[in-house]
Amino acid sequence: MSDIALEIETRVGTRWKKPPFVQRPWLRWALIWGFVVYLIAAYMTIDVNWARVYEGLERGKQFVLAFTSPDFTSRSGDIYEGMLESIIMTVASSVVGIAISIPIALGAARNVAPLPVYLICRSIIAISRALQEIIVAILLVAIFGFGPLAGFLTLSFATIGFLSKLLAEDIESMDKVQAEAIKATGARWTQWINYGVQPQVMPRLIGLSMYRLDINFRESAILGLVGAGGIGATLNTAFDRYEYDTAAAILLIIIVIVMALEYLSGIIRARVQ
Amino acid sequence: MPTKNAGDLKLWQRRTQRESLFHWMLWLIGIAIFAYCWQQISASTTWFFVWDAPRIATDIWTRATPPRWEYIAQLGKPVWDTLNIATLGTIFALILAVPIAFLAARNTTPSRFIIRPIALLIIVSTRSINSLIWALLLIAIIGPGVFAGVIAIAIRSIGFCAKLLYEAIEEIDESQVEAIKATGASRWQVMAFGIVPQIMPAFAGIAVFRWDINIRESTVLGLVGAGGIGLQLSASLNVLAWPQVSLILLVILLAVVISEWVSAKVRGAII
Repeated sequence: MSDIALEIETRVGTRWKKPPFVQRPWLRWALIWGFVVYLIAAYMTIDVNWARVYEGLERGKQFVLAFTSPDFTSRSGDIYEGMLESIIMTVASSVVGIAISIPIALGAARNVAPLPVYLICRSIIAISRALQEIIVAILLVAIFGFGPLAGFLTLSFATIGFLSKLLAEDIESMDKVQAEAIKATGARWTQWINYGVQPQVMPRLIGLSMYRLDINFRESAILGLVGAGGIGATLNTAFDRYEYDTAAAILLIIIVIVMALEYLSGIIRARVQ
Repeated sequence: MPTKNAGDLKLWQRRTQRESLFHWMLWLIGIAIFAYCWQQISASTTWFFVWDAPRIATDIWTRATPPRWEYIAQLGKPVWDTLNIATLGTIFALILAVPIAFLAARNTTPSRFIIRPIALLIIVSTRSINSLIWALLLIAIIGPGVFAGVIAIAIRSIGFCAKLLYEAIEEIDESQVEAIKATGASRWQVMAFGIVPQIMPAFAGIAVFRWDINIRESTVLGLVGAGGIGLQLSASLNVLAWPQVSLILLVILLAVVISEWVSAKVRGAII
């Protein structure tokens, strides 16, 4: 009783203060000071050529203005070919990537696969996630030569890491009772997967696949920078030649396609869930 | 329940005949599209190079191993630059993303028909364009260097952070906001005491998550000239110095693993 009385005594008359986000004071101050010191250190080591930045502002203005009058026509042939190649790479790599990642996801789910398979599949996922698309693309271009095949392989490889990981997590958190019920009917392993596991993860698989299709399209736009096919090469050329109106046209097409894909995936996800 | 008559037996089926026909059509169209795509890819591929690939791969492997370890002395500054690009880019992005998120969230936007669509457009357009493309553009505008990388990462991250943040704002507990309002708080006070404390954990989580992604992205920005370790990578690739390339790739891999570990730890501590 006296404790509470004492606490009230100390609190009356003092102003209420918002409780801090980080509770421990030493940690809070260490974070704040560390942050300030880091900012100073970072600022000291980055040399910005402000004269060059100032010079560039005019060009920046031109680029922004180019968005108001994008030029779809004068390079329409190149844009069409690049876009088609990007879309083809996206579709093909999504299909192959999803097809490969389903068995890997099954292998990477602890409640479906035995330990050795689990470890192998998890390490495949870890490798695929750690390596970046553009670095993989550089290596694959060096190995397979220029062209969309390298881009297709890159995107398929990246899809495996992304999709298998998320799908495996979904399989691990599925409802055991339904799967058990199928097993109790005397189903084989394949039947068990087909009727017990698959219906439970299907909505998520479709949602993730749509999302990955979207990501693959966005990534396919940059693979051309390293020679792996797609719209990136055209875009790079447009920037190099300061043809901002063409570049703006390409960027607008990319944005519209991404928006359309997002809208479509919203509809499909709403339907399957 | 769909069934099939086989003699005098009724067999259970998963789908009715129409449904299965519809499914077959979907599969057929899908396979046709895939076949077309594959044919196009195959047509623009030089198959001789592909058959030759195993030899090239082993060749590159023998050239790239062992990595040239002494080169690591020259990688200190690029790694520091990479870290700066990712961190400063994330900070700038967050500064810009917070107001955009408040403008985009249904429950805090000042105008649902004019400002909200604009904020959503900013989110979509910055999100759909890769940071490498932003870097390319910024290099043409403000010249090569770390600064272009920072801005590229910042622009690319705005959409991502703002999207996650506005979703968090839309999911807040309205009764707390109501309680603050009932004390006679102004619009800004409601924001500071009713909304901000609720989204603070989400905000910290998003910041660390995006920082982790940005570390990955900033390692390759140098390929187009925007500073960081990618500059060294592209320089080594251009002179075919494979032992240096393999060392740089190892450093990048290490950086990615460490940043993922840090972000997982911090997010674990927040949640």
